[in-house]
Amino acid sequence: MDIVQMLVVLAVLVLLVKPLGTYVYHVFSNEQNRLDRVFGGTERLIFTLIGVHKREGMGWKKYALSFMATNLILVAFSYVILRLQHALPFNPNGMGSLEPTLTFNTVISFITNTNLQHYSGESALSYFSQMAVIMMMMFTSAATGFSVAIAFVRGITSKGKTLGNFFEDFVKAHTRIFLPLSFIITLVLVALQVPQTLDPTLTVKTLEGAMQQIAIGPVASLESIKHLGTNGGGFFGVNSAHPFENPNPLTNVIQILSMWALPAALPYTFGLFAKNKKQGWVVFSAMMCLFLVFLSVAYTSEKTGNPAMSALGIDASQGSMEGKEVRFGIAQSALFTAVTTAATTGTVNNMHDTLTPLGGLVPLGEMMLNVVFGGKGVGLINMLMYAILAVFICGLMVGRTPEFLGRKIEPREMKLIAVAILAHPFIILVPTAIAFMTELGHGAITNPGFHGISQVLYEFTSSAANNGSGFEGLGDNTPFWNISTGLVMLFGRYISMIAMLAVAGSLMRKQTVPETIGTFRTDNKLFAALLIGTVLLIGALTFLPVIVLGPIAEFLTLR
Amino acid sequence: MNRNKTNNALSAGALKQAVRESFIKLNPAVMIKNPVMFVVEAGTLIVLLMIVFPRLFQSQATMGFNIAVFFILLFTLLFANFAEAIAEGRGKAQASSLKKSKQDMSANKLVGEAVTVVSSTELRKGDVVIVSQGEMIPGDGEVIAGLASVDESAITGESAPVIKEAGGDFSSVTGGTRVVSDQIKVRMTSEPGQSFIDRMIALVEGAKRQKTPNEIALSTLLISLTIIFLIVVVTLAPIASYLGIELEIPILIALLVCLIPTTIGGLLSAIGIAGMDRVTQFNVLAMSGKAVEAAGDINTMILDKTGTITFGNRMASDLVPVAGSSIESLSEWAAISSLMDETPEGRSVLEWAKKQGMSYDAALAAGGEFVEFKAETRMSGMDLADGRRVRKGAVDAVRKWVAAQGGDIPPDLEQISNTIATLGGTPLAVAVDNRMFGVIYLKDTVKPGMKERFDQLREMGIKTIMCTGDNPLTAATIAREAGVDDFIAEAKPEDKIAVIRREQAEGKMVAMTGDGTNDAPALAQADVGLAMNSGTIAAKEAANMVDLDSDPSKIIEVVAIGKQLLMTRGALTTFSIANDIAKYFAIIPAMFMLAIPEMGVLNIMNLGSPLSAILSALIFNAIIIPLLIPLAIKGVAYKPMSGSKLLSRNVFIYGLGGVIVPFVGIKLIDFAVHLWI
Repeated sequence: MDIVQMLVVLAVLVLLVKPLGTYVYHVFSNEQNRLDRVFGGTERLIFTLIGVHKREGMGWKKYALSFMATNLILVAFSYVILRLQHALPFNPNGMGSLEPTLTFNTVISFITNTNLQHYSGESALSYFSQMAVIMMMMFTSAATGFSVAIAFVRGITSKGKTLGNFFEDFVKAHTRIFLPLSFIITLVLVALQVPQTLDPTLTVKTLEGAMQQIAIGPVASLESIKHLGTNGGGFFGVNSAHPFENPNPLTNVIQILSMWALPAALPYTFGLFAKNKKQGWVVFSAMMCLFLVFLSVAYTSEKTGNPAMSALGIDASQGSMEGKEVRFGIAQSALFTAVTTAATTGTVNNMHDTLTPLGGLVPLGEMMLNVVFGGKGVGLINMLMYAILAVFICGLMVGRTPEFLGRKIEPREMKLIAVAILAHPFIILVPTAIAFMTELGHGAITNPGFHGISQVLYEFTSSAANNGSGFEGLGDNTPFWNISTGLVMLFGRYISMIAMLAVAGSLMRKQTVPETIGTFRTDNKLFAALLIGTVLLIGALTFLPVIVLGPIAEFLTLR
Repeated sequence: MNRNKTNNALSAGALKQAVRESFIKLNPAVMIKNPVMFVVEAGTLIVLLMIVFPRLFQSQATMGFNIAVFFILLFTLLFANFAEAIAEGRGKAQASSLKKSKQDMSANKLVGEAVTVVSSTELRKGDVVIVSQGEMIPGDGEVIAGLASVDESAITGESAPVIKEAGGDFSSVTGGTRVVSDQIKVRMTSEPGQSFIDRMIALVEGAKRQKTPNEIALSTLLISLTIIFLIVVVTLAPIASYLGIELEIPILIALLVCLIPTTIGGLLSAIGIAGMDRVTQFNVLAMSGKAVEAAGDINTMILDKTGTITFGNRMASDLVPVAGSSIESLSEWAAISSLMDETPEGRSVLEWAKKQGMSYDAALAAGGEFVEFKAETRMSGMDLADGRRVRKGAVDAVRKWVAAQGGDIPPDLEQISNTIATLGGTPLAVAVDNRMFGVIYLKDTVKPGMKERFDQLREMGIKTIMCTGDNPLTAATIAREAGVDDFIAEAKPEDKIAVIRREQAEGKMVAMTGDGTNDAPALAQADVGLAMNSGTIAAKEAANMVDLDSDPSKIIEVVAIGKQLLMTRGALTTFSIANDIAKYFAIIPAMFMLAIPEMGVLNIMNLGSPLSAILSALIFNAIIIPLLIPLAIKGVAYKPMSGSKLLSRNVFIYGLGGVIVPFVGIKLIDFAVHLWI
C-alpha cells in the first residue's frame, strides 16, 4: 500500500508537469494570449498604480538591481511591522514586539524564501504580522525567485539584449500564478477542515474539566501559499504536523503536490523557452532520478526502523514512528520529507530530528545538492548551472569549445559559475566549523555525538539552501544562531542569483553556434546521466566528509 | 619532408634537461602560475616544517609517516613539472635546429648604387640587399628584381629548391634560406628580431605562450574545485574535534592533495604546449594556441579547387573517336602528337595510353619535328619525317585546320566536344592532315583520397565549400566527384570574404587556405586562415597559421589536431575528477577508523591499515601524473565520428575508467605499502 500511495502521488505530479509548465510559459513568454483577457485589466491597473508604464526590457544588471531593491524595501517594511506589532491592529492575543536579532532572522528568512523559523507562530506573532509580513513575503519571495528563474531562462535561450522586465514578471507571477492558485487551494483546504478565521485563540474546557488554549487563525490561506511558494513557514510551530495545518492524508497529498508541482513544471517551461521540449524533459528526468534515489533511501530507512528501539523490545513492525504522525504513517511522511527538502520548501509533517540516521541524510543531502527540483526557480537555475558545468567538462571531450544551447562557455561564464559553486559549500561548512569552535554554537546542541553534528549541519544547510526546515532539537533562538543563519540565508539566496543572472546576461549576447552532427547534444539520455554524474561528483563529494561524521557515523554505530 | 626529425626528441640529453627543469620549476614564484600545484607545494612545505621542527608541532610520533608524505608530495610536484618540461623540451629541440639557420650573417646592402657589406642585424625594414648564389638571405623580404632558386629546407624540410622571382605570388623569401642559383635583389620586410624565423623560434620554445580562453576557463574551474576542497579539509578539523577526533595535519594535507584536481592541474600546460607542438611537427606554424583550438571548432571549410582538391593539371581521362575512326588509331595518333610534348596534358595522354594498354609505333615519330603550342594556333603536334602532320588542340582550331586542307568534318564532332564541355572537361581534337580522328577528354583530376576525407569531415559535422574560378558546370562536376557539400564557381577574391562573412553571421567558424595577396583579406577574416609558405608575405601576415610544406589540404589535419587538443584536456579533466571517488573511499575510513571502528565498513577496498591507505592514495595520486604524460603529449586517440559517438566513447574510457582505475591502482599500491605499515 505504501508504494502505491507514493506512486499515485508521483503519477499525478508527472501528469501535472506538462499543463502547468505550458501555463507558466504562456504567462512569461510575453506573447499575446487569452490570459491577457482575464488578467490584463488588473495588471494594467497595478502597472499604472506603481508607475511602470512602458515595461522596457532590462539588462542583467538592471534586472538584478530591480529585484534587489524591491526585496530591500520589503525587508525594511517587514522589520518595522514585526518590531511594532504590539501597537498594530489584528492582535487579539496581545503579542509583544519581537527581539531585534530574531526579527532580523525572521525577515531575512522569509524574504529569501527560506522560512527558517526561530519563533513559534502561535505564541510570537499577531494575526496582522502573520498576514502582512509572513504571508506577504511568502508571495513576494516566491514571485522574486520565479521571476529571476524566468529571466535566467530567457537569457540562455534567446538572443537579444534584455532578460525581460522584472516588475512585469513580478506582478504577473502574483496575478497569474500565486494568487489564483492559492485562492483555489485555500478553499479546498477550508473544505477539508483547515481553519481560516481572525478570531482569537479559543479557550475550551476539556473532558477532564481542565482549561485548554486552542490556537487558531487564518491558517488555510497561509498553508496554501506556504506550499505553492515553497516557503514552508508554518502558522504553528510544529508546521504541517499540526492537525489544523494538515488534518488528514488528503490535505497531506494536496500540500505535497502544491509545493512540488511548480518546481517540477519549470524544467518543462524551460524546454518550451528553449524550443526543445526534450531539453526540458532531460533536466526534469535528471531531477527525478536523483529524487527517486533519495525517496527510496528515506522510505526504506524509516520502514526498517531504529535498531536501538528494537533492542529495547519496542515493536518496530511499523517502522520508525518516533516523531511521525499516525495519520500519515511511514509512506506519507517519507514522501513529504523527500519532497519538502527537494523543493526546498521546508515545511515538515514529521520531525526530521527523529528520522533514522539515513532517513535524516535524505533531507540533508537534497538541500546540499539544492538541485533536486529545488525551490521556486532557484532549483532550475542551479540545475542549469550544473548543466553548464557538465557541458564544460564533458563537452571538451567531443573536441570542441563547450557550448550549451548553442552558446560557447568561456572564461567569463566559468568565473561567475565559480562564484556560485564556491558559495554553497562555503556558507555551509565554514559556519558549521565556527559553530563547533565556539561555546555559543555547540552549546545549543541537544544531542551530543554524531547526531549533534547533523543538527548543526542541518541548520546551516537548510539556511544556505533557503529551505527552512529545521532539524529542530537545536536551541536556536539565540543571537548567535539568529545572526549566523540570517547571514547564511542572505548569501545563499543572493550570491548565486546575481551570479547566474550575470551568466545569463553574458550568454544572451553571444552569437549562437549552429548545431551540427559534431555538436555535443544536451537533450538525450547520455546528457541526463552526465548531469547526474556532475551533480554527484561536484555537488555531493564536497559534503561527503561531514556527512560521514554526521549521519553515516550515526548509522554505522547504531547498527 | 622531415616529419620524423623531432620524434626522437626524448633523447637522454632532453630527459636530463627536463629533470633539471623540474627542480628549477619548484620555485614558488613560478609555481604560483599553477594554483592547483601551488597548493600542493604549500602543503609540502608545511609537512617539511613538521619534519624539521618536530617539537614545535609535537609531531615526533609520526615522523616516519610525515617523511613519507613529504617525499610523495615532492614527487607529485616534480612529476607535474617534469610533464611541462618534457613538453617544452620537444619545442626547444626544434627551436635549436631553427636557430642554427639564424646565425649572424653578412649582407650586401645596396646603398644608392653601391654595395656595402653589413651585419644582418643592422638591416632595417625597407633596406634592399643583393643575394647571390651560395649566400644566405639575411632576413624576410620580397624579391624586387631577378629570379633565383632558393633552398628553403631549413624551415620547410623540403630539399628541392623553389623558384623565387620578382612580382606575382612567388616573390616572398624567408631569412635563413639559401640562394642556390642566380642572383636576386630583396627588399627587407621585417625588422631584425621580428622575422618569420624569430617568431617561429619564440612559438616553438613556448616563450610567448599565452593561455587560451578555453585554458583560462578550465583553470577557473580547477581553481574553484581546489578552493572548495580547501574549505572542506580546513573545516573538517574543528567539526571532527567536536567528536574528540584530532586529525593530524599531514593526514589533512594528504586528503586535500588527493581531492584537488592535481592530475589535470599538473598536466594542463603540458597538454597545451604539446598540442601546439603537434601542429609544428606537422610543419604547420600556428601563430597562437588560440588558433589551434579554433581549428577544433571549425564548422565550415573553404577550399580552393586547384591544388587543394584537384591536382590542378588537366589530364586525359578518356579518348572518344569520331565516326569512321577507331579508338586504336585515335590513341596512336594522340600518343604520337604528345611524344615530345612536355606539358602535363601531353604527358597524361601517354600515361592514359599506357594504362589502357594501347600500343603505338614510336618509330613513326623518328626524325619528326615537334610543333609547340602557340596562343595563335592553339595546337601542338608533330611534323613526321614522312611529311604527315599530326596535330592536337582546341576543337575549333583543329577543325579549321582540317577544313583548310579540304578535309571532312565528322558530323558527331560537335556533339562529342559539347558533351565533354558540359561534364566540365576540356575537349582536345586530334587530326592528321585532313582527317579528324577524335577527341581527347581532358579533365581536372581530384586527388586520390579526397572524397574519403570529405566524408570524414561530414561525419565531424564540418561543411566543405569548394572555391573555383571555373564555370558553374565544371565546378559542379568536380564538386560532385570530390564530394564537397557546396561550391562557388567563377569565384572572385571578394566572393570568398562574402561567403566567410555569411557563414560567420550564422555563428559558424570558418577555415580557409590561401597563398595569394588577394587571399589576404579572406585569410584575415576567417577564424582559421592557413597560408602557404610559398605564398606572399601579405597572405602569411594575414593568416594565423602557415604551412611550411605549402600543402593546402593539410587544413584538414589541423582541424583534427585542434579537436584532439580539446579532447585531451576534457578527457584528463574528467579522469581527474572521477578519481576522487576512490580516493575518498581510501582516505575517509582511514582517517576516522581509529576513533570510530565501525567506519571500517567503508573501507571497501580492504586496504591494509589506515596509514597504508592514506599513503597508497597519495602515491597513486603522484604516479598517475607521469603515467599520463605520454597521453597528454600525444593526445587522446581521435577518429572522425559524430559528436554523440565520440562523447559516449570518451565518457566510457575516461569517465568510467577514471572511477575504476584508482580503485585498482590504490589496492595494488597498498599491497606493497602495507608490507611496511
